[in-house]
Amino acid sequence: MRNMFKIVDIEKLAERIKRIEIEAPLITKNAKAGQFVILRLHEKGERIPLTIFKNHPDRGTIELVFQEVGKTTYELGSYKAGDAILDIVGPLGKPTHVEKFGNTVIIGGGVGTPIAYAVAKAMKDAGNNVTIIAGFRSKDFVILEDDLRDASHKLLITTDDGSYVRKGFTTDVLKELIESGEKIDYVFAVGPVIMMKLIAEITKEHGIKTIVSLNPIMVDGTGMCGACRVYVDGEIKFACADGPDFDAHSVDFDELMRRLGEYREEEKLAMERYMRGR
Amino acid sequence: MPKKIKRERILVPEQDPKARIHNFNEVSLGYTMELAIEEASRCLQCPYNIAPCIKGCPVNVNVPGFIKKLIEKDIKGALETIKETNSLPGITGRVCPQEEQCEMHCMMGKLGDRVNIGKLERFVADYAREHGIEAEVKMEPKNGKKVAIIGSGPAGLSCSFDLIKKGYDVTVFEALHSEGGVLIYGIPEFRLPKDIVRYEVDYLKKLGVKFMTNVVVGKTLSFDEIMKEYDAVFIGTGAGTPRFLNLSGVNLKGIYSANEFLTRINLMKAYKFPEYDTPIKKGKTLAVIGGGNVAMDAARSALRVGYERVYILYRRTREYMTAREEEIEHAEQEGIQFMFLVSPIEFVGDEDGNVKVVKLIMNELGEPGKDGRRKPVPIPGTEFGIEVDAVVFAIGQKPNKILCECVEGLEVTDWGTIVVDDKYRTSVEGVFAGGDAVRGEATVVLAMGDGKKAAEAIDEYITTGKWKEENNSENI
Repeated sequence: MRNMFKIVDIEKLAERIKRIEIEAPLITKNAKAGQFVILRLHEKGERIPLTIFKNHPDRGTIELVFQEVGKTTYELGSYKAGDAILDIVGPLGKPTHVEKFGNTVIIGGGVGTPIAYAVAKAMKDAGNNVTIIAGFRSKDFVILEDDLRDASHKLLITTDDGSYVRKGFTTDVLKELIESGEKIDYVFAVGPVIMMKLIAEITKEHGIKTIVSLNPIMVDGTGMCGACRVYVDGEIKFACADGPDFDAHSVDFDELMRRLGEYREEEKLAMERYMRGR
Repeated sequence: MPKKIKRERILVPEQDPKARIHNFNEVSLGYTMELAIEEASRCLQCPYNIAPCIKGCPVNVNVPGFIKKLIEKDIKGALETIKETNSLPGITGRVCPQEEQCEMHCMMGKLGDRVNIGKLERFVADYAREHGIEAEVKMEPKNGKKVAIIGSGPAGLSCSFDLIKKGYDVTVFEALHSEGGVLIYGIPEFRLPKDIVRYEVDYLKKLGVKFMTNVVVGKTLSFDEIMKEYDAVFIGTGAGTPRFLNLSGVNLKGIYSANEFLTRINLMKAYKFPEYDTPIKKGKTLAVIGGGNVAMDAARSALRVGYERVYILYRRTREYMTAREEEIEHAEQEGIQFMFLVSPIEFVGDEDGNVKVVKLIMNELGEPGKDGRRKPVPIPGTEFGIEVDAVVFAIGQKPNKILCECVEGLEVTDWGTIVVDDKYRTSVEGVFAGGDAVRGEATVVLAMGDGKKAAEAIDEYITTGKWKEENNSENI
């Protein structure tokens, strides 16, 4: 009795960034904002975590957004509607804690924005005033603009090179927001580790409660292997079971960055081999 | 009975250590029919009610009974005798610590070597499997009652076997993508081929047990949803949370828990990277911290993925190691280097954060602790370092907390193990538990025994509708 997970739709959002909708009725039942799934494409596949972008219990599907960075994500990107993924397990991790904080700022960088969308929407539904800061490399990499607008009261887009809306990083926008005197009760940030680290430094200085969603390497995703361990306040935590959300002011980001590079050589090898075989 | 009994054990053929460290094939090749019968003939056939082997077995396999059938070349009969109490002989024949159980008080021990019961059990299971011989199982009519089993490791598998026989509708939930729990992700192929685990799982499926992989109870389905749908629940989620020592440098790259190291290799087939997508760090030198079976498994797996020098760093002396003698001997034969009376104090990395040195301190054995084992005491001034490319922590596991966190009213100990009474009943009505989730860390066969006895208790509960009269729970 093996349930395959059928792909209903796959769409290119930007260069090497794709949105995929998959039939996974069991996962939709209890999935909440901030949670992730682990998938394995086929018998020889590895297990990789991807955070849930949208959950559709009504039609029994989940949507994920991913960037083609390594062998597995490239391979997933080559799948078509009607193809199936061998294994998907989830929802995993603790859901993002949602309550009425007041003025919330949800920050997403690059492919972190789908998660920012899910969290922003949950915060908005809970009665918060939601500002989204979304940062992209350039105009060509801007994704999910309409969704992000829907999930927020105010959407602030920025691009690294200024080719769309404005020039600057998410940190610049956040600083300006704080300097403008706007009262901020809560910040949520998800994206590249360096971005989360810098956001945390800014909010710490201003004493603003900040949560980050971490994305370390995982294998089982249920607290069994410890591949995803991070230092939080000097204690070892497992991002899959204790997180993926943590207090931004307690996380050792430098270590997380180092650990993410653990298999860089192997990833390169697998990628080259895959590209040759295509 | 033959006039003269051979005093020595019939040796079990094994792969040559020089060859086997380069492959994941099984180390022990097992008896042939001829050798099995020769070894079986050494059994003194102690009567059923006094045979020490039956008493020593956690599930009380009728050892003289199956050996008698084996001598008569009645493999089906031998298999059926074993399966009266043990649903997974191909597995227990390989991974049980027989020397501390059935074989420990074998009467042959007074005359010579004890009978190799483990390898005989394995022979019966293997021969039956290879020749399509199946035990006849008496199936009671369906009773319309449903039981959920959480976790498809040894406890869950044996519980499911007994319940399906009793007529229950049984569903086993598994978080990973393959059934078998620790038998699949933990124990290496060279000790327990995965085909054997799959064979046993397929057999249970044939009997009607339903398996749902990729379901994390507490996440995919809430515990309440399970409780609403099933008449009883058995929790057999094992002890899957790895322990690390919170030493400086413990999160450097190349430092693994044994669970991660073994899961990458066993479940994900990282030794076949890049044919398989999951990588594992390779290098020249690897150090395993710990002295149990998991430490031996990790060290021997490391050799097989290509490490040239593999250390076992253990804080006490050889006789205190908890690993089975057979595993220690196999590790020694394969060239694993043991360092005793050492404890890690720090890990030092290079500029990229890769582990390069394990700093150690020498110990001496001090006063016995609560468990009666002498405690290692560090000797100041004896610090030294060894160069490594990777480190594996094999210092024990705690029960996985994802499930326990979501079961309201479930009593757990400080260590995270589930509290049950003598009938495997937890503090929540209708919920039973067994195996490592209750014991912390024990053996495959003890978990199987728990699953079996819990099945009886579940049957009694559902049949009578009676839970406990008063709360007299105690830890087993």
